[in-house]
Amino acid sequence: MPVLADIKEAITRELEGLALVIGWGQGYDPVHAVPFFCRSSADIDRLIWNPLCVHNLVSYLPKLKGKKVGILCKGCDSRSIVQLLQEKLIKREEIVIIGIPCRGVVDMNKIQALINGKEVIDCSFTDKTITIKTSEGKQEASLDDVLAAKCLVCQYPTPIIFDHLAGAAFSAQRPAAAVDAEVKEIEGLDIPARLAHWERELDRCIRCYACRNACPLCVCRDHCAADARDPHWFSQRTGVNEKVMWQIMHALHLAGRCTDCGECERACPMNIPIQRIRRKINKEIKELFAYEAGVNPADTPPLYTFKVEEPTIKESEW
Amino acid sequence: MVSTQAHFLATGKIPPLLSKLGKAARVLAPVRTATTVTLFQEWQAGAELALSRQASMPPKGVVFPQTEQLLSYAYTKDANDLTRTTVALDHQLDIKPTILFGARACDVQGLAVFDQVFTHGEWQDDAVTARKDALTIVTLLCHESESTCFCTSVGGSPTATAGSDLALTPVDGGYLAEAITDKGKTLVKDEAFTPAKDKQVKEAQRVRDAIKKQDVLPLKQIEQKIIKLFSTEFWDQVSASCVSCGACTYVCPACYCFTITDEPAGMQGERIRTWDSCMFYQYTLEASGHNPRPTKADRYRNRIGHKFSYHPTNYKGAFGCSGCGRCIKSCPVSLDIRQVLREAAKHG
Repeated sequence: MPVLADIKEAITRELEGLALVIGWGQGYDPVHAVPFFCRSSADIDRLIWNPLCVHNLVSYLPKLKGKKVGILCKGCDSRSIVQLLQEKLIKREEIVIIGIPCRGVVDMNKIQALINGKEVIDCSFTDKTITIKTSEGKQEASLDDVLAAKCLVCQYPTPIIFDHLAGAAFSAQRPAAAVDAEVKEIEGLDIPARLAHWERELDRCIRCYACRNACPLCVCRDHCAADARDPHWFSQRTGVNEKVMWQIMHALHLAGRCTDCGECERACPMNIPIQRIRRKINKEIKELFAYEAGVNPADTPPLYTFKVEEPTIKESEW
Repeated sequence: MVSTQAHFLATGKIPPLLSKLGKAARVLAPVRTATTVTLFQEWQAGAELALSRQASMPPKGVVFPQTEQLLSYAYTKDANDLTRTTVALDHQLDIKPTILFGARACDVQGLAVFDQVFTHGEWQDDAVTARKDALTIVTLLCHESESTCFCTSVGGSPTATAGSDLALTPVDGGYLAEAITDKGKTLVKDEAFTPAKDKQVKEAQRVRDAIKKQDVLPLKQIEQKIIKLFSTEFWDQVSASCVSCGACTYVCPACYCFTITDEPAGMQGERIRTWDSCMFYQYTLEASGHNPRPTKADRYRNRIGHKFSYHPTNYKGAFGCSGCGRCIKSCPVSLDIRQVLREAAKHG
């Protein structure tokens, strides 16, 4: 059965017992999908599934606590569900998970570069290609050329947790070593060069907090330290120092929690490669605690617990 | 109609022209800073001019910087009585003549909203007024609309010249330049500009006439319709996917809301005015802890209400939106303000 039909069948079965099902629908043009809240059986036919379904819909779940909801999720998104469950920010019995094994979603910046502002008339996919018809003609590209960077190193294409799986499960197709390649590149720079790199990239941050608000694990939401007035932790200035400080704070608050879904970077209207900062922290967490966030519901995140001796940290010689 | 007094500016002459103008004024131009990001930045020779598409950010910072110091202060303790302090305040307004090059008609219409509120309204803001007075605007008229454009629905046009000093229309090999004001006439005296040939004037007219018409939004009586739509149910529905970030407001050429904070550092500090966003919880958070707009639906209603109802009511029918479409393009969930307006028109 085609994946979308599978999804719709599962929703048709479940919808009656649910307040809503969060999925994807068509956006304002053929290359944009949008989060879509399916509330009645009439909405089911408006759902879509294709590589344009870029959003991690799990970000909506903590606010819906107390309601029973259904959610569509890709492999990467499912890790955020696992993490939220570990932190007791959502309840397992309140969510029905429709998992979708995923071969990758697009990077909208790469799509924009392809269409360069032209009006899009149609967009279609095969397993390996994307074809976009604009007012200036047809463009075909290899899917790998437009996929999000996270998908090119994806280790969890099939959801880790689900109630229904739409389509057949498959294991990682990309080399695991590639996950940290970008981080290692920056680690290769000396400290002043690293700082210069981030100051250059983060200078165009506008402090709009799209990275924070799109993040499924940034659950402080309206009560974030970055815009608290009392205590006034953080200057409202928009100099590069404050921007760097904000990104470091965001990344540190995700230490051992970030599930590498890339929503922060995807949401950034200034196209800043901020997922790399989270990846660096993830790499440190892996080296320090041999831990990867959001892959096992039974785990306790390393910074949520205490061990007298961490097996991977040699604290002293005695 | 294209002016027959027009000049021609060859594409290759723009960078040296900007460098030359930069000797006497601050020159801001759209520069590519990352693959898909174009920002108005102070012109530096060698930068990559990006004139083919609308910039990622509007140029509103030229009159209303994202961070602006209102005053600085320093406390001094009395050496003889440590319980007593004196405070010294300082305030300096440093305004430089500025040339904004390559703004789009929608960007300029956005700046008109700042005029309504800060320079020609009931209250005059010294800093914004001084910056606007010191500004020369060279507008790059559009030769096509993007799929997110809706300027023609909100009183604008891709080729509007209102508010500009000099207007450029793309033609073969460069731009047809028309001086709109005396400031513009002074600019075209530079040797980079040559008198336009008749066929270039005709070509510019052809370029403007060939722009595909945008869909027209049903905005008739939208002011009253939005007022009638106060029930949160409608706004809950249309804002369901909103993540409450401030991207739409910061990329908006017409959003002018700000906050004022004191930023102390020991015995001294500064009072700054920074952009604020009505989509943030803190925006209406009162000192008592009460928040009149606690949910994103309340805040989204205010965003639409302000732009399409309260602003036109207060400013002679002018919308607080210039139809640039950046809020649609930059939204992490592609929330389409046009669709919300269509729904509001239907239900209000």
